[in-house]
Amino acid sequence: MKLFRFKGGIHPDSHKETGNKSIIPLPMPARLYLPVQQHIGAPAKPNVSIGQHVMKGELLAGSQGAISAPIHAPTSGTIVDITDYTAPHPSGLPVRTIILEPDGKDEWIKLTGVEDPFSLDAEEIAARVGAAGIVGLGGATFPSAVKLNLGKDNKIYTLIINGSECEPYLTCDDQLMQQQAESIVDGIEIMLHALHTPKALIAIEDNKPAAISAMQKACENNDKVNVVVVPTLYPMGSEKQMIKTLTGMDVPAGQLSTSIGVLVHNVGTANAVHRAIRFGEPLISRVVTIGGGAIKDPQNIDVPLGTLVSDLIDYCGGYKSKAERILMGGPMMGQLLPTTSVPVVKGSSGIIALTTKEIAQHQTMPCIRCGSCISACPCGLLPLEMANRARKGDIEGAVEFGLMDCISCGSCSYVCPSFIPLVQYFSFAKGSLAIQKKEKAHQEETRKLAALRTERKEREQKEKEAAAAKRKAEREAKRKEKEAAL
Amino acid sequence: MFETAIASLTLLSFTLGIILGLSARYLKVESDPMVEQIESMMPGSQCGQCGYPGCKPAAEAIASGESDITVCPPGGRSLVKALAELLGIDFDLSKIKDTEAMYAKVSEATCIGCTRCFKVCPTDAIIGGPKQIHSVFTDACTGCEACVDVCPTECLQMYTFEATLSTWTWPKPDTQTLPPLAA
Repeated sequence: MKLFRFKGGIHPDSHKETGNKSIIPLPMPARLYLPVQQHIGAPAKPNVSIGQHVMKGELLAGSQGAISAPIHAPTSGTIVDITDYTAPHPSGLPVRTIILEPDGKDEWIKLTGVEDPFSLDAEEIAARVGAAGIVGLGGATFPSAVKLNLGKDNKIYTLIINGSECEPYLTCDDQLMQQQAESIVDGIEIMLHALHTPKALIAIEDNKPAAISAMQKACENNDKVNVVVVPTLYPMGSEKQMIKTLTGMDVPAGQLSTSIGVLVHNVGTANAVHRAIRFGEPLISRVVTIGGGAIKDPQNIDVPLGTLVSDLIDYCGGYKSKAERILMGGPMMGQLLPTTSVPVVKGSSGIIALTTKEIAQHQTMPCIRCGSCISACPCGLLPLEMANRARKGDIEGAVEFGLMDCISCGSCSYVCPSFIPLVQYFSFAKGSLAIQKKEKAHQEETRKLAALRTERKEREQKEKEAAAAKRKAEREAKRKEKEAAL
Repeated sequence: MFETAIASLTLLSFTLGIILGLSARYLKVESDPMVEQIESMMPGSQCGQCGYPGCKPAAEAIASGESDITVCPPGGRSLVKALAELLGIDFDLSKIKDTEAMYAKVSEATCIGCTRCFKVCPTDAIIGGPKQIHSVFTDACTGCEACVDVCPTECLQMYTFEATLSTWTWPKPDTQTLPPLAA
């Protein structure tokens, strides 16, 4: 198959030390902390009460609105609290969290699987995937049911299954492909059926030979699903770059990939879809890579959602040297964690504890306009120009240079010889832009309210005047009547 | 001779009069377009913090040069910048500080239900009835402080918004606080 090359990209050290570490189960932790917001969209609404006993797989919080996802119990136990707890987010701000104390029995609720998923219609599959709380497990956490429903209004010609895992350190998808190849292919076939799509391509980077051969074996005699080996190049796993590599097509700026007939799902998501449809199992655990130079015994672990990061690190033997920075996700695009007392959520692909040496932080120096960032940018932008404008607070200027097309992959910061925090400037600028938009919308709303009030005041004044005039006229009339009577 | 002059002048004045009348009707300028443009840029909540009775009078004052372009507190820095561009004024933006957005909140312990506050609220953001505790719709509040001024018990106070997970954004990277370059 002919492959295409996207512009730019970088080759960071892969650090895939856990690549041969099989997925092991985690002993049930003492407590599970389940935030109601583990996905993009509206937070789920808790429908259990404190003290209530729940079964494994029971619904804890229901989906709210069109873009949302429910939360289920990862094991049987008692709800001990529903409170605000630190979110796995760089801000360290709290989020509504359901705290579950396992009873050790791990008893499933009655599950209803489907014998023949291909007899279900597309909407039924999407509904079951939605009810199972499945979100994009690559890290974006967009509700998968919404994406599966896109087949209704758009013709999807190709489903791309993303197994590239281009972030350094992470090997959870690699291991999942090696161990669950058949389940993944079954999940892909169910997704193809739901989307009315003729073919699927599983893209795997060429640094994962074991995963490639496992998936190829699972796809033998399958004319719908094919494995494509793609070169190892960061950010291969980014949706737009992956589509470019496989199809040669560019997703137009500001549009979804469905506008060109392509949809991308992660391998973990395909596996979760298989379990949800075949066995009726909701998404209650995920594979997490615990790695980084500071971890004593890096592992790939099947973690119940809600497990604290500190419990995971303890299970991996703790630290062998000081962890300067702990990230959730990969080192390129992961979220900085303020503390290890935060839970693993649906989007946590890895917990990476980095040493001072691995971070290699340097003093920022002036830009020498070498253009390295321009060569590295996979979106064809001019990071140095954007950063200059963001630094000045000229957000509109940064937008003109394509801020909204930036995927925050961090390639520019990685290559900058002056150690300028380029992608950090873009995160700041995107945040400021979001605030500006919100303020503008607020202003529009209050302007309408003020106009309505002015209108009402005028109307009331007129009514008052009219009433006064009427009374006066009546008085006059009465007076005249009296005079006439006299 | 004399008659011809009278006739031609009469004809001329009639024709010109008709043209003037028509152009007054069809080429009418509603008001100063600059005032309208400035007004459309202003917050439009008629809060009166500028000292003018509303956004339109303030826009008129700005257009005529009677008032400074920094007169509107809710408009903040972005409005000053936009006005400076529109009016071609060279203005040092660094002099003005971006004021943080505020909202009013009723302290339920001290509210006596006097109804004064919601009568002055320019966006109808306060609800309540006589001798009932009043309450502010935070989403509709513009932070104009009109209610604070009329409250007899000081139960209305201004608060700044606290960041939540959905409103938090990354701060600007501070390149000054990084460790110094090794010698």
